[in-house]
Amino acid sequence: MTDTMSEETPTEEQRPLGVYTRPKGGNGWRDWVTTVDHKKIGILYGAAALFFFIIGGIEALLIRLQLATPNGTVLGAEMYNQVFTMHGITMIFLAAMPLAAAFANYLIPLQIGARDVAFPRLNAMSFWVFLAGGIFINLSWLLGGAPDGGWFGYAPNSGIVFSPSVGMDFYAIGLQITGIASLVSAINLTVTILNMRAPGMTLFKMPVFTWMLFVVQLLLVFAMPVIAVALFLLMFSRQFGANFFNTEMGADPLLWQHLFWIFGHPEVYILILPSFGIISEVIPTFSRKPIFGYDFMVFSGIAIGFMGWGVWAHHMFASGIGPLSVAAFSISTMFIAVPTGVKILNWIATMWGGRVKFSAPMLFSVGVISMFTIGGLSGVTHALSPADTQQTDTYYVVAHFHYVIFGGIIFGLFAGLYFWWPKVFGHMLDEKMGKINFWVMLVGFNMTFGPMHVLGLQGMSRRIDTYSPGFGFEAWNMVATIGSFIIALSVLIFLINVVVSVKRAKGQPPCPPDPWDARSLEWITPNPTPEHNFDEIPTVESLDEFWHRKWGTDDEGQIVRVATAEEVCQDGTATGVHLPSPSYWPLIFAIGLPFLGLGLIFNLWLTLPGAILIVVSLYAWIFEPVDDPDGPHGEHHSDKEEVSQEASDV
Amino acid sequence: MSEETTTGLSHNKLAMWVFLGSECLLFGALISTYLLYRNKFYDGPAPGDIFDIPFTSVSSFVLLMSSLTMVLALSALQKGDIRNNRLWLLTTALLGAVFIGGQVYEFTTFIREGLGYTTSPFSSAFFTLTGFHGVHVSLGIVMIMSLLISSYRGKLTKKNTETVEIIGLYWHFVDVVWIIIFTVIYLVPNPTS
Repeated sequence: MTDTMSEETPTEEQRPLGVYTRPKGGNGWRDWVTTVDHKKIGILYGAAALFFFIIGGIEALLIRLQLATPNGTVLGAEMYNQVFTMHGITMIFLAAMPLAAAFANYLIPLQIGARDVAFPRLNAMSFWVFLAGGIFINLSWLLGGAPDGGWFGYAPNSGIVFSPSVGMDFYAIGLQITGIASLVSAINLTVTILNMRAPGMTLFKMPVFTWMLFVVQLLLVFAMPVIAVALFLLMFSRQFGANFFNTEMGADPLLWQHLFWIFGHPEVYILILPSFGIISEVIPTFSRKPIFGYDFMVFSGIAIGFMGWGVWAHHMFASGIGPLSVAAFSISTMFIAVPTGVKILNWIATMWGGRVKFSAPMLFSVGVISMFTIGGLSGVTHALSPADTQQTDTYYVVAHFHYVIFGGIIFGLFAGLYFWWPKVFGHMLDEKMGKINFWVMLVGFNMTFGPMHVLGLQGMSRRIDTYSPGFGFEAWNMVATIGSFIIALSVLIFLINVVVSVKRAKGQPPCPPDPWDARSLEWITPNPTPEHNFDEIPTVESLDEFWHRKWGTDDEGQIVRVATAEEVCQDGTATGVHLPSPSYWPLIFAIGLPFLGLGLIFNLWLTLPGAILIVVSLYAWIFEPVDDPDGPHGEHHSDKEEVSQEASDV
Repeated sequence: MSEETTTGLSHNKLAMWVFLGSECLLFGALISTYLLYRNKFYDGPAPGDIFDIPFTSVSSFVLLMSSLTMVLALSALQKGDIRNNRLWLLTTALLGAVFIGGQVYEFTTFIREGLGYTTSPFSSAFFTLTGFHGVHVSLGIVMIMSLLISSYRGKLTKKNTETVEIIGLYWHFVDVVWIIIFTVIYLVPNPTS
């Protein structure tokens, strides 16, 4: 669609076909709540994710304060359960996933040479539904207690008997809501990547970032329904007395664990692959070399995507699944380290012999390689099931997954923030503060999570709210708590960097195109990206298309500049590009969902306004006119409900 | 569709295929849950005691026939035959409604015979699996009725065959899933108490 959008001026007069007229955009907050622009939605995702990242970080600090000394009294046991559960939920579902979605939304259309995603309104809906879900889960703090059964929500512990507060109801329904957002967005981006590539952009000319995000979308498409079923079973058990986890009647408590981890392990790769994608763009740029073994990179990403489905039971080695299962999942878990190792070696080989420039994004990327490798190695120790039986439910596991999630994912996402900040906002973040940010974070991170390896091997259980003195836990716990505040300081440095850089950029012209001598197609547009993305859809001839337009080889095979960035970049002045119109309905649809949830928990009457909002917004969405009936369509709709839009609009 | 896409498939159709791929795992997880619990009927009725296979076979046949009528509706529209298109869409929706009616009758009979939603792990799994399928059929009926209404407003013409085709994809998928569910729940020899 958008790649064939004509450049003709849209007709002046709007001819609404249905009952409803569409908002015209305008400016200020109205522009943001009705936007269907993938770039603005990306920024919204990023802002919301950083907000939840800070909330989850405050929860982490509370956990560390409680555990700083033996017999801690900062949080009671009940409050501790809620805080550590919400820390996990917030960081995974409300910070890491949406921050990755921010990059995906903003960059995928630009990297494949498209003007928007396949379904712009569904894209807006995904964001608003995610935000509604995030707010809904956090409402539980005020409405009777937050979830307290861990982010993994093991049934029957999360059932009504052992967790009688409304917290786990908020968990079951809230994650269902954010799951809708993830699924819709995954379908949308899958179709975008498959269907909207610029001329010449074959699958194997796509940047590694887009490839990794493509694998992530497919994982989401197939993993979200599994967690949806698990959450439905839990919700029906809690709300309607279903017996899925009632062991007195012979139900199997392992059912939840299997369903949860069949989702949960692909989820691990859903979290890490965006970060792998980001640093696969950053490292070649700052090593001044193409990525080493592009095909191997892509195929190992795909291999991780497939093998990620065959390792879930390594989360369950201590649950009595039997020696055959344990052996099989041990082996598959060791195997999945192979494609991951390929990636690590390829990044190192990319840097090898390159003219490496350690800018802030590059530092964070090297941080990913080194820290993720430590987490990966401790992961292999879990694959050895005898060792794992010893480590299960100790701080060793906490150390492992924070090295992977923080060291692998958060560092990678920060690399992305520093790298693409000029692309998104038109000015650079302060480079010096960025480097300080990295080093402070690296020190704080290792101080926090490094000692947890020792604590775990000494036998300190995870998920406990306190511990007695005399086990040798005191010193390392204090170190970890100090480390966590150093991490908080590093995040504060980042925020100050943002404020300072925004202030400095005020009144200045936007930064020149291509500040990093980058390689992929998004940099062909000026900074910040104009609303229509490309003045003219580029025709792609090679991998690293943008770089190849700037650099060529002379007669002796030496690499020489053939064009300056200014010559290659578009100036963003095209007018009259037909773009999809904004819409209110994605937001209104999203507002309906928390009402459904609150109704199921507190009073069924509350579902009524929710249902009305949802049904009205869906049908209004369907009958919403395209603003220029004679022009090419700006939008398309995917779901069962929405497809009849063609019938009513055309 | 006039627009050009990289794969040649329209966005809408591709999105529906991806969505149906996702649905496979939704039903896969529900069917697995049922298989785990089909023997766990606790003190309540066992599946072998309570299923009325001839009755459910008839309603299954009705649902399968609705796939045929959906194809006929699409084929009529492709030929520009609006009248037959409406006729077959209506028939499809009615057949779907008959199936749902049969399910409601089956559920109420089971409840009268002592198999409630909370009776046993088996009953919870049975009602959840068939209930999810019933909701899918019902949403399909709503979509087909929406098509009919657009048709009577004069907005479902030969140009929109793809819309009917995509909703048809969904409808056929729900039917195919029922074949699996019917086999797994009813046709596999069931334990009796």
